[in-house]
Amino acid sequence: MARSSKTSETKSLFTADLIVPAIGDAFRKLDPRELIRNPVMFTTAVVAVLLTILLIVGNDGLAAGFKIQLVLWLWLTVLFGTFAEALAEGRGKAQAASLRATKAELTAKRLKGDGTRYDSVPASQLKKDDIVLVQTGDLIPSDGEVVVGVASVNEAAITGESAPVIREAGGDRSAVTAGTRVISDEIRVRVTVNPGQGFLDRMIALVEGAERQKTPNEIALTLLLVGLTIIFLIAVATIPGFASYAGGSVPVSILAALLITLIPTTIAALLSAIGIAGMDRLVRFNVLAKSGRAVEAAGDIDVLLLDKTGTITVGDRQATEFRPVSGVDVGELAEAALIASLADETPEGRSIVVLARETFGRTAIALPEGAEIVPFTAQTRISGVNTGGRVIQKGAVQAILKANPGAGATTAATELRRVTDEIGRAGGTPLAVAVDGRLLGAIFLKDIVKAGIRERFGELRAMGIRTVMITGDNPLTAASIAAESGVDDFLAEATPEDKLALIRKEQEDGRLVAMCGDGTNDAPALAQADVGVAMNTGTQAAREAGNMVDLDSDPTKLIEIVGLGKQLLMTRGALTTFSVANDVAKYFAIIPAMFVALYPGLGVLNVMGLSSPQSAILSAIVFNALIIPLLVPLALKGVTYRPMGAGPLLARNLAVYGLGGLIAPFVGIKLIDLAVGGLGLA
Amino acid sequence: MTLQGWLLIAAFTGVLLALAKPMGLWLFALYEGRRTPLHRALGPVERGFYKLSGIDPDEDQSWRRYAVHMLVFNGTLLLLTYVLLRAQALLPLNPLGYGAISEHLAFNTAVSFTANTNWQSYGGESTMSNLSQMLALTIHNFLSAATGIALAFALFRGFARRSATGIGNFWADMTRVTLYLLLPVSIVYALFLIASGVPQTLAGSVDVSTIEGVKQTLALGPVASQEAIKMLGTNGGGFFNANSAHPFENPTALTNLVQMLSIFAIGVGLTYTFGKAVGNTRQGWAILAAMMILFLAGTTITYWQEAAGNPVLHALQVPGGNMEGKEVRFGIAASSLFSVVTTAASCGAVNAMHDSFTALGGMIPLFNMQLGEVVIGGVGAGIYGFLLFAILAVFVAGLMVGRTPEYVGKKIESREVKLAVLAIAVLPLIILGMSAIASVVQLGLAGPLNKGPHGFSEILYAFTSAVANNGSAFAGLSANTPFYNGMLGVAMWLGRFFIIIPMLAVAGSLAAKTYTPATAGSFPTTGPLWTGLLVGIVLIVGGLTFLPSLALGPIADHLAMIRGQLF
Repeated sequence: MARSSKTSETKSLFTADLIVPAIGDAFRKLDPRELIRNPVMFTTAVVAVLLTILLIVGNDGLAAGFKIQLVLWLWLTVLFGTFAEALAEGRGKAQAASLRATKAELTAKRLKGDGTRYDSVPASQLKKDDIVLVQTGDLIPSDGEVVVGVASVNEAAITGESAPVIREAGGDRSAVTAGTRVISDEIRVRVTVNPGQGFLDRMIALVEGAERQKTPNEIALTLLLVGLTIIFLIAVATIPGFASYAGGSVPVSILAALLITLIPTTIAALLSAIGIAGMDRLVRFNVLAKSGRAVEAAGDIDVLLLDKTGTITVGDRQATEFRPVSGVDVGELAEAALIASLADETPEGRSIVVLARETFGRTAIALPEGAEIVPFTAQTRISGVNTGGRVIQKGAVQAILKANPGAGATTAATELRRVTDEIGRAGGTPLAVAVDGRLLGAIFLKDIVKAGIRERFGELRAMGIRTVMITGDNPLTAASIAAESGVDDFLAEATPEDKLALIRKEQEDGRLVAMCGDGTNDAPALAQADVGVAMNTGTQAAREAGNMVDLDSDPTKLIEIVGLGKQLLMTRGALTTFSVANDVAKYFAIIPAMFVALYPGLGVLNVMGLSSPQSAILSAIVFNALIIPLLVPLALKGVTYRPMGAGPLLARNLAVYGLGGLIAPFVGIKLIDLAVGGLGLA
Repeated sequence: MTLQGWLLIAAFTGVLLALAKPMGLWLFALYEGRRTPLHRALGPVERGFYKLSGIDPDEDQSWRRYAVHMLVFNGTLLLLTYVLLRAQALLPLNPLGYGAISEHLAFNTAVSFTANTNWQSYGGESTMSNLSQMLALTIHNFLSAATGIALAFALFRGFARRSATGIGNFWADMTRVTLYLLLPVSIVYALFLIASGVPQTLAGSVDVSTIEGVKQTLALGPVASQEAIKMLGTNGGGFFNANSAHPFENPTALTNLVQMLSIFAIGVGLTYTFGKAVGNTRQGWAILAAMMILFLAGTTITYWQEAAGNPVLHALQVPGGNMEGKEVRFGIAASSLFSVVTTAASCGAVNAMHDSFTALGGMIPLFNMQLGEVVIGGVGAGIYGFLLFAILAVFVAGLMVGRTPEYVGKKIESREVKLAVLAIAVLPLIILGMSAIASVVQLGLAGPLNKGPHGFSEILYAFTSAVANNGSAFAGLSANTPFYNGMLGVAMWLGRFFIIIPMLAVAGSLAAKTYTPATAGSFPTTGPLWTGLLVGIVLIVGGLTFLPSLALGPIADHLAMIRGQLF
């Protein structure tokens, strides 16, 4: 499986080959033009510059050793922030490098006007609507659509899945991706993107974080952080005035230290790392989100539209029972069904054979000599065998009745309808069997609901997410499967238009909807949905319409995608809360240290019992700096996410990050103070 | 602390909570523009007023239009008051023949009453004619209170409406609130006060002979009518300099209790109205619970500190609690409670001198105001200020449930965050900024009566009271100078309208949004967890900023007192 292979490839967060380049990048990111994107860290850097200058030219009576340490830790605070971002980007960069290597070697056989001769040109020269020839062993040079031919294609470069997939002209499997390799046959591909806009380009940009734009929620959070910074700037800037009333003054370095500890440096330093890591988690999960906005939207989803087949039920139905009409022996029905299915290699056909042989002991029966096999076609919707003058058919009930016009009016037909209704009500799909136009009964094909899906839906319900099953089945069958699987609602006999209408209706009521789809006719719904996950095996239109692409083409993943979106938002919220809660302890460390010379009584506010004013200030600033790298693993991995309702989730996170954020710095600053004292640093 | 004291606090809290729902429902009817029992009598007045002034009460105003009309209205009233005060000497109803008010005092007073602050740099009975008291000042007591409530309605509509462009009609809100709530309640209230012994006359003063045979002049005037709305509208500007400590303003224990209740009555009612407006009264109760926690915590600290008294005096064989600056009629519990109530709400009426409280006892009133008057708060202003904090609380912690933050069905996005932060930042910026200036320049340093941290507290208190639109004074500060009148006037104006404008913008932005129905995955904004979170955010975001200033003021003062040093 692609997913497990990816997981085993996942590197530990802190291997040397990731950390070493990140350290270099951390310094490179000190470039003010880049730093200004993060106003809180920019402020920190400005203060660090200011104090560095004051260290050289100023004289405020503080010991030089103390001031040097202060400046050092201020710079480290900034560097820890840029390092966190560099580390988060680094993980994507390695992946991007290998993708880029693939891209570099792409050449195209561009067909000339006559349609037979071609030029070999670099892939970068291909334009939209060029036709290229791709032969066995060639890499597909550009995203496109197969216009002629059918080929098996290895898409491991993109999906990590080594089993080849079939790509053919027309239908829902016509899309091909640049960088994948044709391993048999040849196809002609119409280029559908201009250079630099292909899937591979997008993927490179995405994993590298190069084109990363701040998401709406990140922008809002940044505004909050800027606001808090301004508030604390006011709080600190007015202190000299107050101190002068008290007949004293406070050195600039100390004010600077107070400012930097109060402004939300922790969350500001980790904010972009959290965003990059969130996207990265999706990529590792083999899902490409086209924007960070889509990932955030995933966390907000209220309604999940899930395709029945493959998501709720295992893809294939299984025969579980033979239901003869009255007057027909069940053995006779089983035998006819068996013969009709012997040449049927579909899983359903095989399951009929197994059922007939094992349950009804028809082990000896084999396909008669010279039997004519009638394959299933979409037009007739019937398959079967013509043997020795007998016509044995199986197929959809309506199709069988239509193929045997004489049988429609018989009592057997009425009987058959009753039987098939029963099967439908029980959540099965009936398959009628007829021999020479005589209706024998129906095969009960049962949808097998996936193990554990009921619990998953329970979890989603607890999270406030409603699940809607989308199926082409009739309402009876759909209701029965819905009941069995525990899905909240279903849309039966769904057409793409129904799907689109359902999404619109939910959205009008203010709900956010996620769905997945693969066909061209899914495209409008995919585009309308707030989170539209296109299957990678799907058509180009579907892949364009969705805002995510699942490279494994596994519709079940929609549930996990929602989880990843929530985890991203939770990580951001948890670290923001932690950062804000930290301020209480920092005040209690610095205020007594700052004012004790003015009013000795204020020493009682030194609740942590820090050894000296200088040590208190140093400890606060050291804590403030060190907490950033300590939280980097949390920022990159994300907070632990378990599906549960918002109430318990909030209680848990508030206890861990809110209360923890209040208490942790008291402990941390005290410990650092002991170390500072022990080492004689202040 | 005494059992009697605690019983008073408990009784006050009980009656207050019982008031929330009926008051809230009444306000909700006005919010919705529904008929009330008073419409039979007053409906024609309302309609006649609209007809006369050419107002279409059904015109739905965008937030910008609402804001412009509100500003023009308040600006005009400001100007009118300024002119009236300046021309006092030329106008009638001036039995004691007071002269014109100076420019800076008239400016300060006009702003003060327009901004629902009622900071008084003057002694009422020795400065203002009856006409000035009634027309120039009392009119604001009604209209600035009505403005506050109207603005709260506008914000409620922002939360309650879906994909709407308007947030209501300023004139209709003003008219309904004044006509169906403030006026009728004030009339009944004034009658009650008159029955309790509060004067209501156009006579200037009366000469009496005291028991000792000394002749004394007692100032009189239309006190009861001003007193009622002074409390109900959280205005706080006293007729007399001594405010509600004066026996003619607050004659009995009963009037004292009723005055305290009336300060909070509309404020608590509005929390219920908010719940009704957004379709879930538990939302309102959660907010009220958070406010009450902050209020009762403050009351406990102040009462405890005042009852504990001053160790320096204890050492001098003067036992007991701190009675300095308190009315013997009311005692420690009622004075402590009053001080917390009047500063929690932006009333500013006082029945004791906050300056004479113990350092920490007096810090609570100061801190209440620094939180932005959101603990119940001024009428309307309290709830809209608190809702701005709620927006921030939802934003900070809401992400922790894994959804983009939403509050009562409205998504909180960058615009709301930006505006809420802007509004909340106004408070520390002006309070701390102006206090710092006054602590440095000579004109400022000339103000405080006391030295050391206590003197600093006096400056800090004045600017805090002005910006928070409270209006209570720490006394001790000589504020009737061009410097302080000017600075405080500007502070009051900014503190009122620089919060209102972003707040209205939030209302407009929210109203335009669609509604997101709550699910099991939505951030829960009812229940104890949310209430606790609100308290935490108000304290951390609203309060922590002021910690350095408090450390250098009341906290240093307190710690010095423990060591036997007084200022």
